[in-house]
Amino acid sequence: MDPQTLQTTGLTLKWLLTIAWLLPLLGFVVELIGGGWVWGRYSKNAAYLSVMCIVTGFVCSFIALMTWGNATEWSALKDHGATHGTSHAEPSRHASGVDAHGAPKPAAEAAHGHDDHAKPVAKDAAHPAHDDHAKPAAAVHVAADHAHGTPHHAAPKVVFTGIFYRLAQFGSLDISLSYYIDSLTLVMFTMVTFIASCIHIFAIGYMSEELTDNYADHQVHTSHGHLHRPGRFHRFFSFLSLFCFSMLGLVLAGNIFQVFIFWELVGVCSYFLIGFYTERKSASNAANKAFIMNRVGDFGFLIGLMIVWTWFGNFQFGDLPAHGQTQPGLFSMVRGNDGQMKLHVPESGQAEVVFKNQDNHIQTKPNGEQRTIPYWLLVAAGLGVFGGCIGKSAQFPLQTWLPDAMEGPTPVSALVHSATMVAAGVYLVGRFYPMFTPEVLLVIAYIGAITLFLAATIAVVATDIKKVLAYSTISQLGYMMLGLGLGGWAAGLFHLITHAFFKSLMFLASGSVIYGCHHVQEMPQMGGLRRKMPLTAYTMLVGVIAIAGLAIPYVTLPGGEPIAFSGYHSKDAIVATALTYMNLNGHHLLFFLPLAGAGITAFYMFRLWFYTFAGEPRDKEVYERAHESPWVMVGPLVVLSFFAAFCAFGGEKGLLFKLLLDSEPASVPGGYVAQTEYLSQGLLNLKLPSHEAIHAKHDRAGTLALIMAFVGAGCAYLVYGVRWVNAAEIKQQFSGIHRFLVNKWGFDEFYDMLFVKPTHVVAGWCSAIDRVIFDGFLHASAKAAVKVSDWDRQFDETIVDGAVNTVGNWTFAIGRSLSVVQTGRMRNYVMFIAVGLLGIFALLIMFFPN
Amino acid sequence: MDLSSYLLVGAVLFVAGVVCMATKRNGIGVLMGVELVLNGANINFVAFANYTRLGLDGQVISLFVIVLAAAEAAVALAIALSFYNNHLTIDVDQANQLQG
Repeated sequence: MDPQTLQTTGLTLKWLLTIAWLLPLLGFVVELIGGGWVWGRYSKNAAYLSVMCIVTGFVCSFIALMTWGNATEWSALKDHGATHGTSHAEPSRHASGVDAHGAPKPAAEAAHGHDDHAKPVAKDAAHPAHDDHAKPAAAVHVAADHAHGTPHHAAPKVVFTGIFYRLAQFGSLDISLSYYIDSLTLVMFTMVTFIASCIHIFAIGYMSEELTDNYADHQVHTSHGHLHRPGRFHRFFSFLSLFCFSMLGLVLAGNIFQVFIFWELVGVCSYFLIGFYTERKSASNAANKAFIMNRVGDFGFLIGLMIVWTWFGNFQFGDLPAHGQTQPGLFSMVRGNDGQMKLHVPESGQAEVVFKNQDNHIQTKPNGEQRTIPYWLLVAAGLGVFGGCIGKSAQFPLQTWLPDAMEGPTPVSALVHSATMVAAGVYLVGRFYPMFTPEVLLVIAYIGAITLFLAATIAVVATDIKKVLAYSTISQLGYMMLGLGLGGWAAGLFHLITHAFFKSLMFLASGSVIYGCHHVQEMPQMGGLRRKMPLTAYTMLVGVIAIAGLAIPYVTLPGGEPIAFSGYHSKDAIVATALTYMNLNGHHLLFFLPLAGAGITAFYMFRLWFYTFAGEPRDKEVYERAHESPWVMVGPLVVLSFFAAFCAFGGEKGLLFKLLLDSEPASVPGGYVAQTEYLSQGLLNLKLPSHEAIHAKHDRAGTLALIMAFVGAGCAYLVYGVRWVNAAEIKQQFSGIHRFLVNKWGFDEFYDMLFVKPTHVVAGWCSAIDRVIFDGFLHASAKAAVKVSDWDRQFDETIVDGAVNTVGNWTFAIGRSLSVVQTGRMRNYVMFIAVGLLGIFALLIMFFPN
Repeated sequence: MDLSSYLLVGAVLFVAGVVCMATKRNGIGVLMGVELVLNGANINFVAFANYTRLGLDGQVISLFVIVLAAAEAAVALAIALSFYNNHLTIDVDQANQLQG
């Protein structure tokens, strides 16, 4: 691709995605300012506007994806990755700020620092030779050969990055609104806008009960019966629009600080939407809980940001031109262009990571020293940022907010708490991947593994249809984190995309069930509903099969592909990565937990489906009143079920996986190694599996996972489908475990005991101190003040007022008595004058005789 | 003729005027008394002008007094007329609304 095409493509993508990003904001503003008053409460205009914005956004995103594909001649889809290490080891090509700063730097230019290239090679060679490890060394050799001028034909990785608007500048640190567009961004944009479109349309039907002046909320009891309030149709859609804007901004963000801004915006939208039925105590509590638990995670995020600020002085992901030269972004600083961290161990012990620039040169300070960051601080920064992801993606130990968040309307659960917002944490782990050291990745993997198992077990006993889906969401997010942590970068994000499709589908289907059953959510009251709502039931079945990862064994398509829905492919990719990782590094839990999770997932998902749709109705009254939802709700289900089934078509050789793989950080596919022999303490000797190794294990892992899934689904069929085993008896038998699981492993109680209760106790003390000491003092001083003022009043009334009154009274009396003289008769006055004059003369003569 | 004879005439005029003012109930009579008082004072001024070093100043002051008397008579007659219009009398004893 010549620089000219690159530049045009960059501009086109930038503006298309910007439009897709800003349209929902426009919708939000219009609905916020005009919505309720101009259109009134019976109007669906707010919904139409929102839908128009997001659908246009989807069209833009899709065109952007096509533009990108055409510009790169769909090089991402050509066969590379699993079989050709060379293309990945090649320096990534950044088309930096193409719009503002002239032609981008050609890739070849990046390859002239052979000395620095040679170093990682030497390090790798120093390692004990290992099957999976021999490749990367070779890969780096190839890169080094390029540096010597060998022509190459493999497609370079294309990244478009630049700045929209600079907010502030502190020394070298830029705070700006910028963008970072690679295939991951494009795929995320298309996925988010597409799913959001479906959910918006679904919500027109689901929220139609709000189109009234007098909405009766049957869950809120006042002294006059149920609460009646005006409907909030337009408010719901304006929040949805704001949410879409935030999520898209997060995906488009070109620096970690901008990610943080939109991260918080997404959190706030989630807060608004969870607490949509704000009069319900449970809803407002759930909103608070979600918000506060996210703040706990964000605290870690902030610490990570501060470390990045202090040591890197840069928030940008990609390389940007600044002051006539290229300012390397965070990824280049840590990984250079070959994906390798350069470690430096000074005499005094502590290992440091040396900053590189985009050409793999070492960065130096003005005094000639190397710019470095202590290794442990890089670990801390990674853990901090991952802390934010733990909160946002509801990972252990902050997972408890997500099930409570089901208090929001069901479209919110579908959009915000399954398909997109909680995906933001996974997305950020994927985006920030080059900054994570292998130790951080191990933590991510363990957190993911624990979460997926824990949530899956709880989902088995949940009876609220939305709660089952909520726990399944947490569990699947755990899979994604696990995949990312194990070095299966594309596998984790692959699962993110497929999960978004089938989980939004299932949530919408559950919304349709809830709508059809007049807001009954408890599965024990359902059963047999497939006869009443067939479309909902069978679209949901597609989602259930997809998430369970079922496939038809021994039968393959002509290309050698198994016949399966999307979830099979993505979960397989993760399990295969886990198996390879286990073979390399031990850590057996990281393979067996997801494997067990695969079985449990199939079990609880089929349990949900059989419970709801199969067998005889359990509650006649609910069954009689149930009905299929209108087309505006079922339509999105049908569309989504198509994508849930086929979006991952082809698996690892398919379109979606290859698109994602194109953005894979250069550090991943070679299989990189924590170079721990340089650390004084020798922490962990971790090797990430290479693509080839994963590919080799793929069949075995896939078979194991498939067996587990069939076992799980079979159990569910026996217990809930044909009811061959009585579920109540099992419950009786294992009542201890059942209670433990119903209590969600006691996390809520534990947090209640650990944080909430002590907080209440301390608050009690504070309030007592307040009441007794501070209030006492205040009251005493107030009483004293009253007393003093009382005296003051007495003094005022008797002495001050008395004196004034007395003088006044005297004056009045004198005046009154003198007024007698004013007879009003002129002749008297003349007499007074004459007599007075005489008197004055007499006195003058008397006292001054001369 | 010495100064004291003039002063005597002036004093007589003055006292006559004061008595007139003090005794008359007719408003016009009172005004006439005022004229007498003013002219008694005028005689004193011109007498002192002639017999002392007061000189022309005394005469000028008496001229002022005459002008003043004319103005005063005009205003007072207007008041009297207005009073008559309202009360159908010019008895000053009736004009006692300002009594205390």
